[in-house]
Amino acid sequence: MTAAALSGYRALLSARYRMVLQYRAAAAAGIATQFFWGVIMIMVMEAFFAVGVAPPMSFAATVSYIWLGQALLALQPWNHDRELEAMVQKGHVAYELLRPLDLYTLWFVRAVAWRTAGASLRAIPIVLVAGLLLPVMGGERWALGPPAGAEAALGFAVALLGTIALGGAITTLVHVSLLWTISGEGLARVMPSLVIFFSGMVVPIPFFPDWIQPLFAWLPFRGLADVPFRLYTGHIPPSEALPTLALVAAWALALVALGRWLMARGARRLVVHGG
Amino acid sequence: MRGSTLYRRMVAVSIRAQMQYRASFLLLSLGQAGVTVIEFFGIWALFDRFGRLPDWTLAEVAVFYGVVNVAFSFSDAVSRGFDLFGQDVRQGDFDRVLVRPRSSLLQVAGSRFAIHRIGRLIQGAVVLAVGLSQVESQMGPVEGLLLVFAIAGGAALFLGLVVLQATLAFWSTETLELMNTMTYGGVQTAQYPIAIYREAFRRFFTFVVPLACVAYFPVVAVLGRPDPLGSPFWFQCVAPLAGFAFLFASFGVWQIGVRHYTSTGS
Repeated sequence: MTAAALSGYRALLSARYRMVLQYRAAAAAGIATQFFWGVIMIMVMEAFFAVGVAPPMSFAATVSYIWLGQALLALQPWNHDRELEAMVQKGHVAYELLRPLDLYTLWFVRAVAWRTAGASLRAIPIVLVAGLLLPVMGGERWALGPPAGAEAALGFAVALLGTIALGGAITTLVHVSLLWTISGEGLARVMPSLVIFFSGMVVPIPFFPDWIQPLFAWLPFRGLADVPFRLYTGHIPPSEALPTLALVAAWALALVALGRWLMARGARRLVVHGG
Repeated sequence: MRGSTLYRRMVAVSIRAQMQYRASFLLLSLGQAGVTVIEFFGIWALFDRFGRLPDWTLAEVAVFYGVVNVAFSFSDAVSRGFDLFGQDVRQGDFDRVLVRPRSSLLQVAGSRFAIHRIGRLIQGAVVLAVGLSQVESQMGPVEGLLLVFAIAGGAALFLGLVVLQATLAFWSTETLELMNTMTYGGVQTAQYPIAIYREAFRRFFTFVVPLACVAYFPVVAVLGRPDPLGSPFWFQCVAPLAGFAFLFASFGVWQIGVRHYTSTGS
């Protein structure tokens, strides 16, 4: 890749950041919603823990898992870019094809920029409140704890890169599918449920029945939330991090390859709308 | 033409328009059902792991879940016009509503009817029916009526919340999604019996946003079991009225908003 092309992507990244940062009121509303959501989920888990059955994960780890999920919700590829959808519908996608950049890389960078910009804006306040303010206010039991150790923190950081790559690949795959369906149906409708459920955002994965665990383990979605969160709390010990992270990386590469292949086919048969 | 006839016609037109894209309607409905199905899988998984909640069985929670989801699906279908109202204000389209000799509420409500919400409705109704068949209480005509009353009250409450959210657009010219905390968050909350939450939350959802009055107290009466919160039977039966009171209050706020409205159009 030439330096000129690289700077093109960098410009795109920073433009996206600036755009997302414009919507501060929307972000504030989102933060309030996610904070509320986190508290409700914690109270539900607290009620179940009161039954006294041996849990698969400690309460403190469960609470941290839930808060990380709320803080990083914007990283999850559960929606698609309406702007891009409109571009395909109105035919402006033709301009995209004309740009002297690799189209897949362009869309991938666009997706990653969109996700990380939104997430960084929302994650910081949620982490501050759940991690620092709650313990000060006497809510230690409900607070986001620190990582289990230096190795756990490192594992979390690496896994987060995997989450971003995987999230970007899945988002781009959905965007590429829009070239076929135009109206934003199909994959774009099914993906939210798959992502939210199989990543562990609805209920932390360790709480699912043991017989279904292999399914969760082999699907790609786990890398979006469950893997980084459990590395953070030490529920996946650092010694077992490598094979798990390798699987996440393999899935990310496979989904990128699939997206590239589909995009090449989609661009060839694309009918541009509008005149 | 009477208001109700007019509204029915507007809804019929809206449904006919959406039915022109049949595949799109089916996919949207399936997507809607999918989003709610996973929520129920989550509840089921927790019961599978822990066996029960301290005071509640899975079948009982299924009834709570069914009632709130069915109620929300009704309000969600009706309130689509309010959901997208910020757009009308931004583009100055609300002017056209004001020059017509009909209530603005009726026109905005009738402007869009989201038929694909039927996905959530069917899924919620199935869970509700299965839950009711598994609980020990006997379903008689009183319980049946109470259930319908609770669902109607719940739909009124959620509609009231969406009207309030739309009213904000008169001031901010964009529909802030703050109310989503109360609508989607409320559904999330009321999928479980309110009694499991901390007292401050229970109070909020009883006296400020009366979610417990439509989705908890009447359902306890239907289940024919004692309330761990100790509410009397008569209260459980009249509680859904709070949902209608909330809706009427939100109409009042809407009228204030309409008077405040300044057009953005030229």
